[in-house]
This record gives sequence, structure tokens and C-alpha cells, in this order.
Amino acid sequence: MISPRYHREIPQRYRLEAGKCKGCGYVSFPPRLVCPECGKNDFDLFKLDNEGKLLTYTIIRVGSDKFVGKTPFAVGIVELKDGVKLTTQIADVNLDELKIGQQVKLVFRKIQDEGKSGLHCYGYKAILI
Amino acid sequence: MVGIVGYGSYLPRYRIKVESIAKEWGADPETIKRGLQLYEKTVPGLDEDTITISVEAARNALKRAGINPKDIGAVYIGSESHPYAVKPSGTILIDALGIGPDVHVASYEFACKAGSEAMYVAYSLVKAGEMKYALGIGADTSQGAPGDALEYSASAGGAAFIMGKDNVVAEILFTNSYTSDTPDFWRREHEFYPRHAARFTGEPAYFKHVVNASNALLEKSKMKPEDFKYAVFHMPNGKFPQMAGKKLGFTKEQLEVGWIVPWMGNTYSGSSPTGLSAILDVAEPGDKIFMVSFGSGAGSDGFIFKVTDKIKDIQDKAVKLRDMLDNGKIYLDYGQYAKFRGKIILNE
Ligand SMILES: [Zn+2]
Repeated sequence: MISPRYHREIPQRYRLEAGKCKGCGYVSFPPRLVCPECGKNDFDLFKLDNEGKLLTYTIIRVGSDKFVGKTPFAVGIVELKDGVKLTTQIADVNLDELKIGQQVKLVFRKIQDEGKSGLHCYGYKAILI
Repeated sequence: MVGIVGYGSYLPRYRIKVESIAKEWGADPETIKRGLQLYEKTVPGLDEDTITISVEAARNALKRAGINPKDIGAVYIGSESHPYAVKPSGTILIDALGIGPDVHVASYEFACKAGSEAMYVAYSLVKAGEMKYALGIGADTSQGAPGDALEYSASAGGAAFIMGKDNVVAEILFTNSYTSDTPDFWRREHEFYPRHAARFTGEPAYFKHVVNASNALLEKSKMKPEDFKYAVFHMPNGKFPQMAGKKLGFTKEQLEVGWIVPWMGNTYSGSSPTGLSAILDVAEPGDKIFMVSFGSGAGSDGFIFKVTDKIKDIQDKAVKLRDMLDNGKIYLDYGQYAKFRGKIILNE
């Protein structure tokens, strides 16, 4: 996650901004230019509901460089109420408590640091509710 | 009428008990628990900092206020643990909450009273007619040096207050600040842990400022301690606010609801603001609240609030402070705590 890309993705990472196709209602997150369902290119911007359920998850025990010292942690696929599925870390949980199908909500957390002197990168993570 | 139109707080789920810290340093936990009146404290997750805590607290304040975030004209975050030395924490918060970009943003710093400063300036701008709403936040993820007395108290949490003129839930009747050059606690640039003047932090620092600010506020308002349903003072430990209250003539009952420190620790800039948040969660129309913060260096900000009948409409619209304090705790041992607080040196 380098700085320019981080900045570009702020509307999605901070505010869950998605696009809804004016033609067929298809919801795309992140927003797209062309609807994959009906081919129209006219979208309404809207904010996704931050609640959903856990579809599946895995436990990361050996982290990549930026996550050394953060292991073990859980990463899952969450389906939000609007039907959007996204990959996210699952925070604040005893890992043996995790179960597929649990209700979760997305909260604002620090995702990673760009080294010791770079940016702090923020975004969403899921917590159990 | 100008005052609070929405409030909210946030506490991390992680906790460490006094016993777990005392064991590591060969100290007697019973002496600490009795002496400081502290039992456990909140610990921020590896992915939590002053910004994430502020965002969650402000989100709860927005839920209660039910206003359009775009109508907020100023955002001030007070903290002694802003994640950046240069880049205001509020720049990230406004983008997370959909505030601005037509908004004035600044970070405040004044040891433990930066939060009440943010509240005071937010209130003053609305009162001056400069803007419809202003957001003042106090939040911290403070650190005490390993083995230092502060390690038992320094914790994490925050509270956010939206000031406005319409649908006020707690009117601000009077304010007062009291400040002097008192070198009781400080941190030099680039230093990781703060330094403090041990016993000097009590009488000439905390008590002098809290008591003088309180007396001046009582004088200004022509009110007496018995006129208030609740009082909350800065809570560096369990004992100090109780002693300050007693000196001023407040009872244990008036302090009880806002006295959350024994199970939360000292959330620094979030300390008296989270106490106020706990009081607003249960306050009834007509109740008067007395609040005085303290920040080393040193100074105190005082507020007198009068709760309106609108409070009942918003108390249940977001999570309450005591619910976060009492439920969903995840306890850490000292090793996990040291890892969470970045006290372990890792390879780059
Ligand atoms: Zn379509």
C-alpha cells in the first residue's frame, strides 16, 4: 500500500463508498466505470451498511514483513447486508471463538504502517457483534 | 442556548490487571490497589490509536446528535499521543466520518487536559456564531515507562462532544480555566516515555489547579457543591479525584457515576471527558454537572452543565460508557501487553 494508492482508496477504505448501477441496481465495491451485469456506465454513489456476516476465515500465523509482530491474526470474507463481499482482518477476538456465520460489523482501524517513518494506513476491519 | 447536542465515547476491549503488572516488577498488587484505587486498565489493540478511538467515539456522538456531518464547522482532537508529530489527527477523522472539506481542523496538546481544551474551543466557536456545530474530542493511548508507577494507570479511550445551539441536551452555563508554569510532568521531543516529578505531581500540581479552578468556577456561577447532581474531576488514579472532591465539599455520591478510573485507568485527555460521558448516559433533565479537568504543565478547565429534557431522546441511540467498561473484556498477560504497547524490540 504505497502513499498515492492509499490516498486514492480513502473513500472505500474509510467510508465504504460503493456504486449502485442506475440501470439494474448492481452494487459494485469498489465502484466501477461499467456495470458487469447490464453494461451501463451510470452509477449512484452510496455508503454500504457496515454490518454483515462472516462467510469464511483463516488464521495467519506467519505474517509478511509488515505484519511481523502482529501474528497470529484472522482474515475473513465478510458479506455485508448490501450483498457486497469483502476480505478483511477480524480484530479484537480470541481466535478460538471464531465461527463461520457470525454477525460482524466493520470498524475503523489502522491496517499497516509504511515502515518506521512512513504513513499510518487506516481502513476497515471486522469485529464480532 | 449553547451546549452539547451529541456525545459518544469509546474504550478498547483489551484489559490488564494491576496484578499482572505488579508481578513483573516484584511489587505488591494489594498496596497498589489500596494506594491508587486502581484494579485494571484498558489497553489499545495493535491496530488502535488516538485516531481510531476518536473516530469511533465521534461516530457514537453523531448517532446521538442525528445531524448531517457536513454541518460541522470545526474538529479539534486533544491528545498527548497523536500518531503523527506533524499531521493533525482530525484530517483523517473528517474523511472517515464524511465531515468537511469545509471545516477547520486542529490538534491540541496539553498533557491530560487537551480534551477539555478541544471541548472549550468548540463550544466557544458555536457561541460566537461562527458555525452551527463544532466537534471537540479527547482521546489517548498513553504509555507509562515499564516499572514506573504510571504503568499501572496509563490507559486508552476517548470521548467526543458535538456542540451546537439546537436540540441541546446539556447546556453549558459557565466555564473557567486556571493555568500556571508547573513542571510536574513533561515529555521532550523524540522521547518515547514521559518524565514526572513523582510526589510533586500531587499537591502543587493536581490539587492546586483542580481546587483553584473549581473554586473560581463556583464563585463565577454563584453555585455551591450541593447544587450539583454529579461532579467529575480528572482521574490520574482512583484516589486523587476523591480527595479533590472532598476538599471542595462534594460527596462520594456526586462523584460515583463519573468515577470510572478504577476499572478503566487514566485515559489522559479522555479522562474527565469519558467520565462526563458516563454521567450523560444516566442523567435526568434538570441535573447540573460540575466538571474540572487537569493537565500537567499545568492547567485545569472547568465546565458547568445543565441537562435538558432532550437528553432522554438520545441516551439509547449509541453504546453507553459503562457497557463498554463492563462487557466484552479480553485480558492480556504482561507479555502480550508488552507486545501490544510496542515495548518489545523487533527486527525491522
Ligand atoms: Zn447494471
